Amino acid sequence: MTRELFEKKLREMQDDVLIMGSMAEKAIQRSIDALRTRDVSLSNAVIADDMAINAKRYEIEEKCIHTIALQQPMAADLRVLVAILFIANELERMADHAEGIGRINLMLGDEPLPRPLGEIGEMADKAGDMLRRSLTAFVERDAESARRICDEDDVIDHLYDAVYHALIQEVIRTPADMQRITYLIWTSHNLERIADRVTNICERIIFMVTGQLEEINVSRY
Amino acid sequence: MTPEVTVPPPRPTSARPIALGRPRAVQTAVSTDVRLRARGVSVRYGQALAIDDVSLDVHDRAITAIIGPSGCGKSTLLRVFNRMNDLIPRARVEGRVEMDGVDILGRDIDVVRLRRHVGMVFQKPNPFAMTIYDNVAYGPRRHGVRGRSRLDEIVEHSLRRAALWDEVRDRLKKPATGISGGQQQRLCIARALAVEPSVILMDEPCSALDPIATLKIEDLMTDLARDYTIVIVTHNMQQAARVSHYTAFMLAGEDRTGRLVEFGLTDSLFTAPSDKRTEDYITGRFG
Repeated sequence: MTRELFEKKLREMQDDVLIMGSMAEKAIQRSIDALRTRDVSLSNAVIADDMAINAKRYEIEEKCIHTIALQQPMAADLRVLVAILFIANELERMADHAEGIGRINLMLGDEPLPRPLGEIGEMADKAGDMLRRSLTAFVERDAESARRICDEDDVIDHLYDAVYHALIQEVIRTPADMQRITYLIWTSHNLERIADRVTNICERIIFMVTGQLEEINVSRY
Repeated sequence: MTPEVTVPPPRPTSARPIALGRPRAVQTAVSTDVRLRARGVSVRYGQALAIDDVSLDVHDRAITAIIGPSGCGKSTLLRVFNRMNDLIPRARVEGRVEMDGVDILGRDIDVVRLRRHVGMVFQKPNPFAMTIYDNVAYGPRRHGVRGRSRLDEIVEHSLRRAALWDEVRDRLKKPATGISGGQQQRLCIARALAVEPSVILMDEPCSALDPIATLKIEDLMTDLARDYTIVIVTHNMQQAARVSHYTAFMLAGEDRTGRLVEFGLTDSLFTAPSDKRTEDYITGRFG
């Protein structure tokens, strides 16, 4: 016996997760581009688009709940649905962090950046890359890749350390710029949290594949 | 996330459960004492091998569910535990089933006495064609209990224990066949309880009942598991998942012989079964 209807629903939801993943990744990238180029209208677009990401999350959640109620999945099927529920939630929160970066750009107003983004851009690229690969691991049911991606969170943490200390030094050097420099610290913190959420996604992928709930990489922040 | 400070029960014998990393608090409440220890149990009907080499531990004061597709030997295994297969011509049982250190499959076992300790409830409610009171008093009377007040006491206690007293207290002298199917099944449970068994075997006890009556029986089973060891055969996987602490999955091969595929904590078996065949069955991919 096959469960064609169930498999179809599962494929649909998996596609939805991928769509939502690209939406979140795009939001992260655009929020940093907007900050780098001080493009207020792009930041406004990131903020406005967050509504669509929230809506997608509720759509996925609703489909999951219906499928659990109507198809009564067990074992690996149940674990996939639980993973989808968690992943959708994490993606939605990631997009909230991107929206936060968008609002930071608005708060900067007409002021220029206190210094070039430097490693902050690198953090955004790395976090986006981790997110993309985590969703590939999800589709391919690849627990080993998920584990490796979790380990890469250390790279982001080190970048965050470096950015944080450099910006604190900058505050000491130019106290008048404290407000604007603080905005950059917030930005890097948002990116650090985004990478933590990728780690959470990877933990769910490992659970989905192996049935083991593990905490892989505890963030230092 | 901080793991909860709980101690998971030891792995049941012959089980390969994948325990979740964070054991649930409820698991600590599951008994790990063994009430029935089956080792190498095989049953033949004539030349046909119905079940082959089944070994599992039935835990004391816990609910063990036996699941599997039709013809996998679930009911045959259940019947081993109170020697009901003795009633089937040409049935032959091999292996050992220990209860309190005694092999209940031994020739010198008094089967009537065994069945007092290991009661049974069947698929279809089968009250005797007598009053509600006499149904419950039937077993104790057979075992020599005399005296009206003692029997009254047993009947009331058993009906209360089976969550039926309040519904029938005013019609104890009415025919048992006049009550609903769900009530009849609870009456059969009360009848089994009246002889003070330690183990209750249930063979698809809810398959003839509506969902409300089914839930009542399930609640009752959960309540009874505090004092009794329950083994239930069910086709309803959700029921096994809902009520049982341990689950055994059986499957018949092409030779039509049933074998135990996997046995373990219900929590683990329904979330992360260790055998592909269990996974396929509980996710509805065959069976």
